[in-house]
Amino acid sequence: MLKDITLGQYFPVESPVHHLDARTKLILSFAFIIVLFLAHGFWAYVLCAAGVIGVTLLSHIRFRMLLKSLKPIAFLAVFTALLNMLYTPGQILWEFWIFHITREGLETAVYMVVRIMLLVASTSLLTYTTSPVALTDAIENLFRPLSRIHLPVHEFAMMMTIALRFIPTLIEETEKIMNAQKARGADFESGNLLKRAKALVPVLVPLFVSAFRRADELSVAMECRLYRGGSGRTRLKELKMGKNDGAAYAVTCVFFACVFVLTRMLP
Amino acid sequence: MEQIIQVKDLSFEYRNREDQPDLLALDGVNLEIAQGSFVAVLGHNGSGKSTLAKHINAILLPTQGQVRVAGMDTREEDKLFDIREKAGMVFQNPDNQIVATVVEEDVAFAPENLGLPSQEIRRRVDAALRAVGMENFKRSAPHMLSGGQKQRVAIAGVLAMEPQVLVLDEPTAMLDPGGRAEVMNTIRRLNREKGITVLLITHHMDEAAQADRVVVMEDGHVVGDGPPRKIFAQVDKMHRTGLGVPQTVEVLEELNRKGCSLPIDALTVEECAQRLMAFLED
Repeated sequence: MLKDITLGQYFPVESPVHHLDARTKLILSFAFIIVLFLAHGFWAYVLCAAGVIGVTLLSHIRFRMLLKSLKPIAFLAVFTALLNMLYTPGQILWEFWIFHITREGLETAVYMVVRIMLLVASTSLLTYTTSPVALTDAIENLFRPLSRIHLPVHEFAMMMTIALRFIPTLIEETEKIMNAQKARGADFESGNLLKRAKALVPVLVPLFVSAFRRADELSVAMECRLYRGGSGRTRLKELKMGKNDGAAYAVTCVFFACVFVLTRMLP
Repeated sequence: MEQIIQVKDLSFEYRNREDQPDLLALDGVNLEIAQGSFVAVLGHNGSGKSTLAKHINAILLPTQGQVRVAGMDTREEDKLFDIREKAGMVFQNPDNQIVATVVEEDVAFAPENLGLPSQEIRRRVDAALRAVGMENFKRSAPHMLSGGQKQRVAIAGVLAMEPQVLVLDEPTAMLDPGGRAEVMNTIRRLNREKGITVLLITHHMDEAAQADRVVVMEDGHVVGDGPPRKIFAQVDKMHRTGLGVPQTVEVLEELNRKGCSLPIDALTVEECAQRLMAFLED
């Protein structure tokens, strides 16, 4: 059950999107999020959706994977939709007791859901097509100016890499501990919220103890492999902007321009 | 032959533990290891074998005595990284040594720390993965691999430093029999084909039997040192250290006690069968 978490998972296949510089993908994804919030109107959203679908096709990521990434936010999307539907004033379509659904409310609800879905889909595409190491490299690289004011940028990037690396390991460990406790009669499924939270305490304690032990062993192993901080460290895959990156920037700029035009002309 | 590791009168004491008295984990250990050899250090829990391994990599420093790796004293602080580059260390749990989320990026970790240019890193990563037979998994995620495969990736991660000595601290302790065989085959091949000096810490008889030389440890002392055939022929002594002998030796020894006269230096099932055949034919 816990293994279904797909957030932050990388699918290593060969595609033009995978080969782009991680910085390019990071910047363009961020820009896309901003554009999503500036876009308005039916056709602008259709274009944004088409953009996401296009990139998905280019990156050889299966749509099923993209849909899977949307599952965890289904509740959030429905909740936002309901609120927007019920509380937006305007031309009333349907009324019952204190509830009234308006035309404008319905419209905003649909737009909000589409917006949230595209937002999550685009960030999922980023992590699906970029290895976590490349991604943290990109973040480290983009934030490097901050190390001038003594922010530990490299250390943060290293911490992120290690955290990502240990997510599956710790998930596996949690399942093992829970199974061991279930075998001895622990009950995680019944009772109210408070009771269930209490049942988790005996799971968290051994999990933390083991995480600390792992951290200790990992730090020794890293020192044995000559780790001594970020200075003087080189990379297997140096970040390099190529012709493809230029093309990606150009295409995306044109795409953004189209979204703006559509927002203005056909609201 | 050149002695790549020299341990002289090494003593080590675990100190500053509030609830326990100081513990003398190593007591006057002398050991020399020749370049290119395959040495197994055998001992059960608490014999000091892991403590010894940690000295070769300067994770622990001697309380008394001296440890030299390729002529460098482990107490010289400015030689620390040179020593660790010469003598790579593989630990018990492969999960706790793998840093990155993609196999090749993990293997690249050490050469990246060395500050090598990226083509050189690429060459070393590919060579290290080939040496452990994991070249087809270079884009895989470590958590999708089996235990034996993960441990081979961990070994590759150390090989990428191009060390002369490989110190392995119970590398098969967490693996199933299949994984153990995979890792042992890899270690033996690295020793024979690449000439890497191997120091294998273990409590498995059958693993120690594959080495050129077995060092037996008990209570922080070296109590036996020699080729596996000689060590395991001392059945009574091995039983006294609580270790026992390989099952093949055990069988022949039992038969001898019942009145047969068999040579007991059989380390593989094949050899054991041959000894029995020869005896029956007489």
